[in-house]
Amino acid sequence: MAGMTLTEKILAKHAQRDRVAPGENIWVDVDVLMTHDVCGPGTIGVFHKQFGKNAKVWDRDKVVIIPDHYIFTADAMANRNVDVLRAFVKEQNLPHFYDVGTDRYKGVCHIALAEEGHTRPGEVLLGTDSHTCNAGAFGEFATGIGNTDAGFVMGTGKLWLKTPPTMRFVFHGELPPWLMAKDMILSVIGDIGCDGATYKAMEFDGPGVYSLNMEERMTLCNMVIEAGGKNGVIAPDQVTLDYVNARNKLGKKYEVVKGDPDATFEFEKVYDLAKLKPVIAKPHSPDNKAFVDELVGMRLDRAYIGSCTGGKITDFRAAAKILNGNTVKIDTFIVPATTEIAKNLKTETLDGKTLEQVFLNAGAKIGEASCAACLGGPADTFGRLNSAIRCISTTNRNFPGRMGNKEAEVFLASPLTVAASALNGFITDPREYFA
Amino acid sequence: MSLPEIIRGKVYILGDNVDTDQIIPAQYLTYNPAIPEEYRQFGKYALIGVPGAQGGLPKGHIPFHDATDDFVSPYTILIGGKNFGCGSSREHAPIALNAAGIKAVIAEFYARIFFRNAVNGGYLIPFETPFRLCDKVCTGDMLRIELASSTVVNETTGEVFHLRPLGDVAPIIEAGGLFPYAEKTGMLSPKS
Ligand code: SF4
Repeated sequence: MAGMTLTEKILAKHAQRDRVAPGENIWVDVDVLMTHDVCGPGTIGVFHKQFGKNAKVWDRDKVVIIPDHYIFTADAMANRNVDVLRAFVKEQNLPHFYDVGTDRYKGVCHIALAEEGHTRPGEVLLGTDSHTCNAGAFGEFATGIGNTDAGFVMGTGKLWLKTPPTMRFVFHGELPPWLMAKDMILSVIGDIGCDGATYKAMEFDGPGVYSLNMEERMTLCNMVIEAGGKNGVIAPDQVTLDYVNARNKLGKKYEVVKGDPDATFEFEKVYDLAKLKPVIAKPHSPDNKAFVDELVGMRLDRAYIGSCTGGKITDFRAAAKILNGNTVKIDTFIVPATTEIAKNLKTETLDGKTLEQVFLNAGAKIGEASCAACLGGPADTFGRLNSAIRCISTTNRNFPGRMGNKEAEVFLASPLTVAASALNGFITDPREYFA
Repeated sequence: MSLPEIIRGKVYILGDNVDTDQIIPAQYLTYNPAIPEEYRQFGKYALIGVPGAQGGLPKGHIPFHDATDDFVSPYTILIGGKNFGCGSSREHAPIALNAAGIKAVIAEFYARIFFRNAVNGGYLIPFETPFRLCDKVCTGDMLRIELASSTVVNETTGEVFHLRPLGDVAPIIEAGGLFPYAEKTGMLSPKS
């Protein structure tokens, strides 16, 4: 009998079975359920309607609530939604709530989950956000679900899932300094298409993956949904364990799961990082791939560095290397994903200046930790594209209207490419800054 | 809720990769679907993010709503190409279509989370076709979906097309969603 992939093994374990095969529908036990301000109110509504007004969540310790989407806005409805979360947390006495306006406020849920020790190898994490797949970087099964599913999990701790077949992407070599995980994942999405992994698991492997830090591994797994993937996953190594153990304030036990050596992959693609060039996704789809050197000179109106996939400290270190001592030519917005990253911008230094000083000196604007303009949001959202302008961004989606105006054009690229382009006001190959 | 035998109504045609930001843009996600009056609002903004030329194919630039009703669209069936509902996990997407009066979507295939949400929430039936139906039917045609035989009849032209069988999700769709299905199969004890 052939072995099982990492994804299959985690799912089998959570279904109390020895094995599962791709295509099988199974009921799995959930270790962590995450929701936020956009989908939380609807989820809570489903939970109350189905389980009753006085129902209790299945396990207080396994529900994590992270308001992050519409935070620094005057929009009354958006603020009302955070109040709905507050009332629910109080009613259920939930310990893992990162409320706005308190010291516990974190920002973007996927990075908050990792930083606060809610991501652990071998577990099943479900969240009411499509980028929940981000947590696969920790060697767990993580995927996005809707309100009905999340309401069901809240009451039962279980959900039916269809076991996905696994596609494997192997990266040989090591990233040169002008490339980042964003270039790797935009290559993959461009190669297999925005539906190339629909219903499938995407496993990343090879020395090029294991040389990345956890933030960069998250960038890879975060964007599998842009290829239609159900989950992204990277088997844990010492780098994973070091990160997880340092963050495991809750002292949770977890069990590392690895795929079998004779597991069957439905598809495999091998990349050589030595041959990769900076990649960009043109409007209006993340799979509309080009190499940056094909588009050099295209005029831009705005640059945006932020979001779960492009607003981590690794992303800002990269951008700072290029912006340091230079001045941007277009509006440039910096949005740290979390408050921890925002703090690090004030303490980490480059040539004796904090990263914050580097950005401000370059003429960039720095916003507060949240999703901000990554998904447009209310009209007063920091960095939102309120007119039909052209923006280069480190975020993960460039669908029509995603960052605001539906006639606006969004190009997706690495923080290095975005920073280099901000300095010129047109699309620029970051390799120019590594001569 | 039990399954209808026939779904009949006017059809609205879209293209490939209709993502959830087009179905219901982020600025309208502040409505709470758990509140009936706010649920209704989603119908008003359904498909408002579709770029004009891609709405109401093959001609395009056909509005999804008419002057008689801001909330419920005159269309009952939606047809898209491949990868319908890609992008975010927002359940507001099938909710918006449901609130606008859409009973069924027909596409080559769906993005996974949209499909799950549509089925598990019991908002609409997501049918698939092994060919591109969106190129063979025009916005405004009168369609009749016959569930028992998995066929769709274009009453305007007289053509008949076959749909893929609903497959493993059929029992959930027949039950009316995840909760009634779980009750039926004993996963949940029925509500008193
Ligand atoms: S930063 Fe963007 S992609 Fe990430 S959770 Fe927020 S809205 Fe979604």
